[in-house]
Amino acid sequence: MFDLQCQNVTKKFGALTAVSGVSLDVPAGSFFSILGPSGCGKTTLMRMIAGFETPTSGDISIKGRSVVGTPPNKRNVKMVFQHLALFPMMNVGENIAYGLRCRGAGKAEIADKVRDVLDRIGLPGVAHKQVSQLSGGQKQRIAIARCMVLEPDVLLLDEPLGALDLKLRERMKIELKLLQHQFNTTFLYITHDQSEALVMSDNVAVMNAGKFEQIGTPQELYHRPSSGFVAGFVGDSNRWRGRVASAAGAVCSIEVDGGTVVAASSGPLARGEEVEVFVRPEAIAIGPQGSAGGNNRMAGTVDSLLFNGANSRILVRSAAGALLEVDSPAAGEDTPLRPGDAVELSFAHARTLCFSAAARP
Amino acid sequence: MSSADARRLSLILLFAPFFLWIAVLIVLPQLGIVGVSLREKIGPGEYVFGLANYSDFLGQPIYWNTLLRTAVMSILVTALALLVGFPVAYYIAKIAHRRSRTALFLLCLVPLWVSDLVRAFGWIILLRETGVVSTVLQATGLVSGPVELLYNDATVVVGLVYTVVLFMIVPLVSTLDGMDDSLIEAGLNLGGSRLTVFRRIVVPYAMPGIVAGCIIVFMMTAGSYLTPVLLGGKNSMWFTEQIYNQFITRYNWEAGATFGVLLLAFTSIVVWVGLRLTGQNLASTVATR
Repeated sequence: MFDLQCQNVTKKFGALTAVSGVSLDVPAGSFFSILGPSGCGKTTLMRMIAGFETPTSGDISIKGRSVVGTPPNKRNVKMVFQHLALFPMMNVGENIAYGLRCRGAGKAEIADKVRDVLDRIGLPGVAHKQVSQLSGGQKQRIAIARCMVLEPDVLLLDEPLGALDLKLRERMKIELKLLQHQFNTTFLYITHDQSEALVMSDNVAVMNAGKFEQIGTPQELYHRPSSGFVAGFVGDSNRWRGRVASAAGAVCSIEVDGGTVVAASSGPLARGEEVEVFVRPEAIAIGPQGSAGGNNRMAGTVDSLLFNGANSRILVRSAAGALLEVDSPAAGEDTPLRPGDAVELSFAHARTLCFSAAARP
Repeated sequence: MSSADARRLSLILLFAPFFLWIAVLIVLPQLGIVGVSLREKIGPGEYVFGLANYSDFLGQPIYWNTLLRTAVMSILVTALALLVGFPVAYYIAKIAHRRSRTALFLLCLVPLWVSDLVRAFGWIILLRETGVVSTVLQATGLVSGPVELLYNDATVVVGLVYTVVLFMIVPLVSTLDGMDDSLIEAGLNLGGSRLTVFRRIVVPYAMPGIVAGCIIVFMMTAGSYLTPVLLGGKNSMWFTEQIYNQFITRYNWEAGATFGVLLLAFTSIVVWVGLRLTGQNLASTVATR
């Protein structure tokens, strides 16, 4: 059973196509994210689901029923806005009660439900407070509670963490995931921040220029990206441009600046085709690793050490002059490497991915 | 000279014109008016202190009836200006495209380029017995003889609304402009109808602007002179007309001053009651969001 389905949804604004032929199925009770750079059409897609825009073509259905002709206030899809849009003229309790009152719920029922939902989000007793008295994270939770008290079929979240500072954002990521489990409601989350999408989601759709590039679990997107855009957008990657020297099935040999690497390709590539090669920092080992075949080798010198706790990196300048980010083998203080040391890098063929550079603009 | 002294001096210099203006042009004349209203004429050039002017006012129903009538009509004009101004302001602030917004706002200002007097004569040209409207009605056969549309209360109210509506629109546009569109969308998304969203979100948000506009419009209307006199003629019975008569026609400065004080006091009371009823205060109305 799918809570939310989009079939071939397209939205044009005059000559501009904001969303082009997008289809998605969100299973009930799952956390689905749409990840894309700003201006890729993800907000337009969400506004169509909420009913603020009408698709030019295609169909949107919620719990199996098409809602294209339904006005926004009749859809059981609630939305957490980017800047939360809590009503400043009402206190917290009135904010949460607003939707219930619109539904015509009784006074006692409203009071019960408001108290109940405040308990569930861990903020009991704030009902009488003014919105301006709350902290950023509390406002966030109130905005979610205001929607969840109406028991929506789908909760839409439009980059709600964007306005928070980094520390709070990290905490809210986990909290949102927990809230989703607790309410057991389908969440559709829109973000341009890949770590938000990867951490929280069951499934992620990567969107670019109005189209979905790939839909999959965070693991699939990270380890088996289907396009150069996804490989570059999800997670960190070292990337080079190169030319296909020879191709044999899914394995091709690619000429890059200062050498040849063997890479895995997801689609057929022609000889001489321009490609982009992606290697994750953690796929590269420093030092001669596995002297047997199956590894690409590259010589270089340590340029600098970037200490960032467990995410420490080493910047290595290859013989051809390109800078590569490599995961630091020892996160501790006593890395044996110093800037200027000569090193050898090795990375497995299977973890070296290449995509046709012509496929995307 | 220390920098603190310099700052104090510049503050004094900056505020001096403002203080002079308030003191010399507003407070002093008002005090003078109050002083004049409190003296009784007992002979040529002979005065004593007393409240006789005020008791005269209360003793003459025509006077306080005129004051009440002026207040009621001004409240009506204010209500109509709000009714007309709100949709215009909402359109300019929320619906119109960014680019056309300035142009629309300027269009609202156009009537102000013409003086009150000329605008009133414009209405007279339209509405008098031999005027445009009357002629057109006769030509189309809707009426058999010439119609006089001037010199009645409806015309006065329409003319006043036309004169003051801009002063309702400006504060409304600036408050509505500060309102995030997502508040309206959130209101709809959570299940509110357009009416609910308007009543529970838009109006409460715009309340400071509504109150500011109403105060300005009410004060301007109650204190207006030209429009009611020219469009209402002898029937207009506007209180400012009484003040003018006392000062100029009858040369009774004591009575005129009394009426002036009473008009100020009465309109202030109306504004205060209005603020109490809407639960606003002057500070929140003036402060921008």
